[in-house]
Amino acid sequence: MATIRLTINDKSYSLDTDPQSSLLTVLREDLDLTGSKYGCGEGQCGACTVLVDGKAQRSCITRVGSVAGKQITTIEGLVKGDRLHPVQQAFLDEAAMQCAYCTSGMIMSAVALLQQNMMPSEREIVDFMDGNVCRCGTYPRIIRAIQRAAKAQAPAVAKGAGR
Amino acid sequence: MNMKAMSETPLEPERYELRAQAPYRFDLDRRDFFKFLGAGIVVVSVLKPTIVAQESGGGRQRDGDGLPQEIDAWLHIGENGKVTAYTGKVEVGQNIRTSLSQAVAEELHVPIERIELVMGDTQLTPFDMGTFGSRTTPTMNLQLRKVAAAAREALLALATEQLQADRQQLRAAESRISDPKTNRIIDYAALLKGQQITKTIAADQPLIAASQWKVAGQSVPRVDGRDFVTGRHRYPSDQKLPGMLYGKVLRPPAFNATLVSADPKNAGQMGVTVVRDGNFVGVAAPSSKAAETALAAIHAEWKAKPQISNKELFDYLRKNAAEGKDPTGDGDRFETGSVDQALSSADHKLHATYTVQYVAHVPLEPRAALAKWDGDQLTVWTGTQRPFGVRRQLAEAFRIPEDKIRVLMPDTGSGYGGKHTGETAIEAARLAKAAKQPVKVVWTREEEFSWAYFRPAGVIDVVSGVRNDGTITAWEFHNYNSGSAGIRPYYDIPNQRIVFHEVDSPLRQGSYRALAATANHFARESHMDELAQAVKMDPLEFRLKNLKNERLRAVFEAAAKQFGWGRSKSAGQGFGMGGGYEKLGNIATFAEVYVDSKSGEVKVVRVVSAFECGAVVNPDNLRNQIEGSNMQGLGGALFEVIEFENGKILNGRLSQYRVPRFSDLPVLETVLLDRKDIPSVGAGECPMVGSAPAIANAIFDTTGTRLRALPLVPNGLKTS
Repeated sequence: MATIRLTINDKSYSLDTDPQSSLLTVLREDLDLTGSKYGCGEGQCGACTVLVDGKAQRSCITRVGSVAGKQITTIEGLVKGDRLHPVQQAFLDEAAMQCAYCTSGMIMSAVALLQQNMMPSEREIVDFMDGNVCRCGTYPRIIRAIQRAAKAQAPAVAKGAGR
Repeated sequence: MNMKAMSETPLEPERYELRAQAPYRFDLDRRDFFKFLGAGIVVVSVLKPTIVAQESGGGRQRDGDGLPQEIDAWLHIGENGKVTAYTGKVEVGQNIRTSLSQAVAEELHVPIERIELVMGDTQLTPFDMGTFGSRTTPTMNLQLRKVAAAAREALLALATEQLQADRQQLRAAESRISDPKTNRIIDYAALLKGQQITKTIAADQPLIAASQWKVAGQSVPRVDGRDFVTGRHRYPSDQKLPGMLYGKVLRPPAFNATLVSADPKNAGQMGVTVVRDGNFVGVAAPSSKAAETALAAIHAEWKAKPQISNKELFDYLRKNAAEGKDPTGDGDRFETGSVDQALSSADHKLHATYTVQYVAHVPLEPRAALAKWDGDQLTVWTGTQRPFGVRRQLAEAFRIPEDKIRVLMPDTGSGYGGKHTGETAIEAARLAKAAKQPVKVVWTREEEFSWAYFRPAGVIDVVSGVRNDGTITAWEFHNYNSGSAGIRPYYDIPNQRIVFHEVDSPLRQGSYRALAATANHFARESHMDELAQAVKMDPLEFRLKNLKNERLRAVFEAAAKQFGWGRSKSAGQGFGMGGGYEKLGNIATFAEVYVDSKSGEVKVVRVVSAFECGAVVNPDNLRNQIEGSNMQGLGGALFEVIEFENGKILNGRLSQYRVPRFSDLPVLETVLLDRKDIPSVGAGECPMVGSAPAIANAIFDTTGTRLRALPLVPNGLKTS
């Protein structure tokens, strides 16, 4: 056990926990942030994806000790006030879900993708998202949602082009 | 209690379609309704006993007294105008929370956001056999429309009285009733002030025709979508209670093993709850990590018999078929004309064998349950397609009456037929009983792979006869183990012998999306192409020549048109089709594949589906279901297979068992044939059955290699 300081969704936490514990377990069990999901426990499905310093990371295989002091964002941290993040809104607009258990992880991965590539091609979306599984098979909708969010987030020039 | 009895009597590993009897029935007592719901109006839907028998697969137990009534849904409108509909159906991603709300909104003339749907709670909702078999739309959607329509009529009657108006003149819209003559308007809430009205719907309750629908028939957005994109929705595995412990259960090293010894001393010293009860060994601890550590400290010895592997599977299924068993169960045997005569006089006779391996559901949320005891009262939150079935399993396991148990089903992270049973509910309840605290059990992915159940494997033999002009004259079809759903051909064949042979499966097997229909369609639709080839006919022309059913012809023709059937191909490019009739829906699927002749890699490039399920309730959600069926169907067609040996699953992790991913996605095109003149039926299963044969036929089209085993190319196509 050790005291670990975490910054999650702009809030600071100080926890007594085993640094070897997975970040996912800490989020879900200790902090009651259950939006990040367990799907496989080996980084294969992406349901647990969170942002660590802006980069997508599988929280189920991330030791909590390794992210002390870093900026962690979970699905719960995307909403600003009452406003959905453009990626969240795009998932709603494209009905890009069925059981939606993968949705948190899909959205977090998509946010990470769009942070590093504002206008990804379909090929780039597929390559980046390939580690996220949707067993219900809503992949074509998720691709469309990411494209829609990209247009919504892009600067005015691209926005005009998208219409 | 004796857990030994529980573990030795399997937890009803239901096979094929469920035939278990319903254990419970509600009595109607209007005072109870209002005590619980508050004043207003309650409309109750009561099924005729014949329908009950159909829906529950064998009728309900009756205690001889009380009302001979079988409630399957009810609806309440409160004095505040709030509408609550109650159904035992559950949400696992089909989005029926939305489509059922649409049904109520349509008939009741209330905005959809004023409707709350209470689902799958054994205390609050009427009994329901379970959410499977694509029954929600043809039955529950219809029942809720009827209760909503009856409520609307009752409100109109109230308004006629209160406004002293001519009933024929009154109009209901937006939770209000208006009299255009006098311009007086009264809303539902005002009408219901102080009222306690109960109504039972008439079987012939008139409904709004699909052609007049305004809310139903539209692509209404998901009613609770925001909760899912924000992570706020609490799935079963997210449930939490104060003082809750985390449970873990010790698994044997092989199936059907018995516990020889277990030493829980080390675990006991860790300050956790340890339970040893027959074959059941489990722990409950304040954190999942502590539970894992304690479980690992238990030294146990198990005894298991040698068991078969994939290698012997198909031989085993043939040899252990229950040939002598009475095959009179639904669809187990069907015979017409004289197959033997027709075969001997056919111009071409074909014999082929098709096989299907076990596959896993892989619901992204593994099984999970949270259980708590209050004295002798047990409450369990769990992800199951059969909350009432799980309640019965709990009653059996703990030897308590069902009315001491409440099972609630929070909207769950998918099922695909894989969550009919209550393993985690029983495990959590057993640990909670010992710990005297609430306990949550969430299976790991590895547990889900090994200790749930699989889609049945199967062997299918087809013998057929065809005339030179392309008329099929004989059709003999034997299915060993995979099941009888979709076993009968929809082609017009005068001489048929169709037999389903039940087998005591070497692996635990059960329901799966479209279940055996996938295997039966794969064999039948592959064989159709083989026959077409034998008589040198185009596969589409050959099908249509032998098919009278107009609805099925229509989907084949629509898909062919959209696909561009008959256009020219380049090297490596193959086209194929498959389709059929299942769960009252009609599907035709056309696939384009590309086979790399050097690497043997098979890529499904494009899939076109035409689907017809009567009047469409929600077009966009229907497309979503069809696209999803195609993606899941593609996995089972190309590469999904459970590898097993001697009672162990060899590829029971997501890094070893391949599921379809973004990179597997073909271009998916969907054609909906909206038949407003035909009652709506379900769509979660049928669209899947065309995928595997369409892909297999397309592979044959470009390579000349006929693949008769699912999965078709788990390691690519052998190009030697």
